[in-house]
Amino acid sequence: MGRYIVRRLLQMFLVLFVVSLLTFATMRAVPGGPFSTEKNLPPRALAQLEAKYNLDEPLYMQYLHYMGDIAIPRLTENRLPPSVLNDYLINIYIPGIDKTLRWMNFGPSYKSVSQTVNSIIKNTLPVSATLGTGALIVAVFIGIPAGIIAALKRNTRWDYAAMSVAIIGVSVPVIISGPILRYVFGVQLKWLPPTGWGSFEHMIMPAFALGFAESARLARLTRASLLQVLNEDYIRTARAKGLHERIVIGVHALKNAMIPVVTTLGPLFAFLATGSFVAELIFGIPGMGKFFVVSITNRDYPVIMGTTLLLATFVILANLFVDLVYVWLDPRIQYS
Amino acid sequence: MTATQSRQEPGKIISLAEEHRQADNLWLDALKRLARNRMAVLGLIIIFLLILTAIFAEQLAPKSYEVQVLTDNNAAPQWVIDLFPVMKSIEDGGYVKVSNNYPLGADDLGRDILSRIIYGSRISLAIAFVGPLVSMLLGVPLGLAAGFFGGRVDNIIMRIVDIFYAFPTLLIIILMMAYFRGAFNESSQAGTLGYTLYLADRAMGGMLFIFIGVGLTSWVGLARLTRGEVLSARERDYVLAARSLGATRWSIMFRHVMPNVVGPLIVAETLTIPVYIRYEAFLSFIGLGVNRPTPSWGSMISDGAQTISSYPNQAIFPAIALFLVMFAFNFLGDGLRDALDPRMRGVD
Repeated sequence: MGRYIVRRLLQMFLVLFVVSLLTFATMRAVPGGPFSTEKNLPPRALAQLEAKYNLDEPLYMQYLHYMGDIAIPRLTENRLPPSVLNDYLINIYIPGIDKTLRWMNFGPSYKSVSQTVNSIIKNTLPVSATLGTGALIVAVFIGIPAGIIAALKRNTRWDYAAMSVAIIGVSVPVIISGPILRYVFGVQLKWLPPTGWGSFEHMIMPAFALGFAESARLARLTRASLLQVLNEDYIRTARAKGLHERIVIGVHALKNAMIPVVTTLGPLFAFLATGSFVAELIFGIPGMGKFFVVSITNRDYPVIMGTTLLLATFVILANLFVDLVYVWLDPRIQYS
Repeated sequence: MTATQSRQEPGKIISLAEEHRQADNLWLDALKRLARNRMAVLGLIIIFLLILTAIFAEQLAPKSYEVQVLTDNNAAPQWVIDLFPVMKSIEDGGYVKVSNNYPLGADDLGRDILSRIIYGSRISLAIAFVGPLVSMLLGVPLGLAAGFFGGRVDNIIMRIVDIFYAFPTLLIIILMMAYFRGAFNESSQAGTLGYTLYLADRAMGGMLFIFIGVGLTSWVGLARLTRGEVLSARERDYVLAARSLGATRWSIMFRHVMPNVVGPLIVAETLTIPVYIRYEAFLSFIGLGVNRPTPSWGSMISDGAQTISSYPNQAIFPAIALFLVMFAFNFLGDGLRDALDPRMRGVD
């Protein structure tokens, strides 16, 4: 098991390398540069700006520089001249030689001049991760019970009601539910703050708006998966040996039926936790989703790379976690 | 007495016709089941009305979608003010200009919201048809080839699919939109392909690049699904039977495998239509979609969300329109699935 996890983590770096290469190539294929949108920049100023950020080098050198700043740890003086170019994610003070080991510099933001990719992530990721967790809780606690009830009471009124609500649910992405919720509960009824961030009340509406559509998807998946498992031989065996129905469903059927559900939960959490542009805009949340979009329209290369790599890391780790949960859900699954 | 034999013998043509009638009956049965599903029929009616709205937008829209009457900006009719209690008219000491001239009110530039919603249906409907079309044209042949020929063909096609899967679709579409808008614009040289594309896109109000962006990513899922269906279908006994009777690979692929996998593909694609509609709304929401002043429900919601505390009608009416369309396609897709394969009810 331990070796399996180590192997998967090593594979992760390979995948991240490929993702970084592809993202770099694609974003540099897009015409226009980070400073080409500014009006009437004198050619000399433009050249200086590009030289400052190594944009005048050949492309492969720029890529190597960028990856080198992330991958290679450096021993430096304790105090660095204050500059956004010196922002490392990991700074370890080594007392014996009075120097600091620094690692993982994801570069500066070209557009938000006083910010670096690291500082953007440090400021916005906690917000997005909190909201994403809330949305996931909403999705799981509505979706999975609804799916179970629909499957157990198959072809009854409960089933039809749950599945109709699920279809309505997948028809209201946050772009629709966001404005409506904000108006009804924030502006009209004044039960919840319409916009902003900082308290639990601020989180309820966006978490529900993001989670509801996902809960509908989970409900349909749970129902289908549980119905399939209930036809398996081991369920008949469990019933035949006289187990209580509650144990048959709760212990034997549900654990196995959760496998496809858990599979989708992994990437779902990764996407929710790294922010939703639409939810952030409608509810005025200072999250990370904005930077995925704005960095591309601004050609803010280090921010594009940083956010994409972060998302990829989240997806890979979430999938690894899912694979580990499988073992608990289905004892037949083994990794060696 | 097989299809291959009967084709060669003129006297056996009847049996071939019989075979076709049976195939038709399968589809007819499905149609009957669909007609009994009330929600699916409701979805179909909404889609039909929407198609009419999009076609006759010029006749239906009471006003132009782009003419700005700045003196009427943010005006709203009385019934809208009554509907949203936060809105108070100027007479009642509020801030809203009352003008029954605009059935759903006017936006911040004094454009009629109803007319913009009516014209906006064209964008959503167009993407609802172009998305599946491109994805069928690219995804089905590629998936069919990958599943049927296997080996190296399969390997190459599926690795391309894997690369697309590794990246979030929306990220690819945003990058592509940035590329198109940056590469093909008025500074392109006249006469080049880029300039022609730019002119075509401008003539379509920015829709062409959305079509290309959504189309180039839409085929991936369908190719994977087609491949999986073909892989399981080609191991069936009827394929073995056809092969042992000397049917060619092409005839097996198109006459035997294809008709057996097409049902799930149609269902999957119908259920993906709301996703395409959502992509377009999202792109227009973030400002990479249609060119202004072409109305899109996504950009209307985005604009309206800024002022939702004062003028909720500006965001909520387009949101309702978008919901109706998504809802209609979702219920239709769900009904189609029940009709084509009753065992699959509720499976995603």
